[in-house]
Amino acid sequence: MPDTPAPPRLFGLFAGFLTVGMCGFGDTMPWARRMIVEQCRWMTAAEFTDMMALCQFLPGGNILNLTVAVGARFQGVAGSAAAFCGLMAAPMAIVLALGTVYGRYNGLPAVHAAFDAVAAAATALVLATALKIAAPLRTRWLDIAVAVATFAGIALLRWPLPLVLVIVAPLSILIAGRVRA
Amino acid sequence: MSQLGLLTAIAAVFVQMSLLAFGGGTAVLGERQRQVVEVRPWMSAQEFAALYALAQAAPRPNMLITTLIGWRVAGLPGALIATGAMCAPSSALTFFSVSLWYRFRDAPWRRTVQTGLMPVTAGLIMGGAALLARTTSAAWDTAALTVAALLLFLFTRLHPLLVLGAAAALGALGVVQ
Repeated sequence: MPDTPAPPRLFGLFAGFLTVGMCGFGDTMPWARRMIVEQCRWMTAAEFTDMMALCQFLPGGNILNLTVAVGARFQGVAGSAAAFCGLMAAPMAIVLALGTVYGRYNGLPAVHAAFDAVAAAATALVLATALKIAAPLRTRWLDIAVAVATFAGIALLRWPLPLVLVIVAPLSILIAGRVRA
Repeated sequence: MSQLGLLTAIAAVFVQMSLLAFGGGTAVLGERQRQVVEVRPWMSAQEFAALYALAQAAPRPNMLITTLIGWRVAGLPGALIATGAMCAPSSALTFFSVSLWYRFRDAPWRRTVQTGLMPVTAGLIMGGAALLARTTSAAWDTAALTVAALLLFLFTRLHPLLVLGAAAALGALGVVQ
């Protein structure tokens, strides 16, 4: 029986997720897994995967939900808060620093052009994400119809999101249920 | 609007968005743009696209655009309120779901709901991308840049930051304007 480390305390949760936040360029989840399962050994790989499934199921960012769930599991509400603050500290500081640079120097033509160019590339990043999520749907025409209807509601009709979701989400879940049945 | 009124408005916008973010923060990109650019309106579509790009250049989580919007509208208090409002409801739901989860994770409806939400998430993110593209692809050269970057993201394993950095360099050097 390998010795299991003691459950993390508040500072441990804060510090652990602080490192995850600082490494989170690109995708954060591999770093969270490395810290939780391999370095700190707070959870086994199976426990981690199980908690991931919950966090993907619920609304909100996966990594945010995971942080809250891991904090809650070891130290309750205070644990969630400590882990959350750890995760957000570095990224928030960095993004506000970038925002300050943008606010101060956007008047310069070269800087303005640079931000426009980054915005164009960032658009491509979202497009790529959407295409990767949509790829498994390509043979299921009912799913494609739901995705197209959602797209139209958001981008063409510009309906409020709650309205779009109330219409398409139950429909889509119903379709998923009938396909499985 | 008074500072307090502004902060309340920011909180109201993001609290209601928090629980709708099925599939993560990017899923509410289109709704965020609609609220901030059309409903309020707190900034131009150009500025929204620029702030979104900034948030992409910072580490994840990718809801940092929310932080930047709050900061742009009402300074540091705005940044904190916006971030808190966007995270608190979904975090509370997660907190209370952890124990329930172990009871329901094997239930068939759980898988059905999860599968059913996938095409919705795909449509939401594509919608958000289209709204960004309408702003960022107004000129042919930035449109070409978007297409080139998309091909890199889809067919190479280049780190996204490298591509964003290269785009910034092209813009600063005047290749794209």
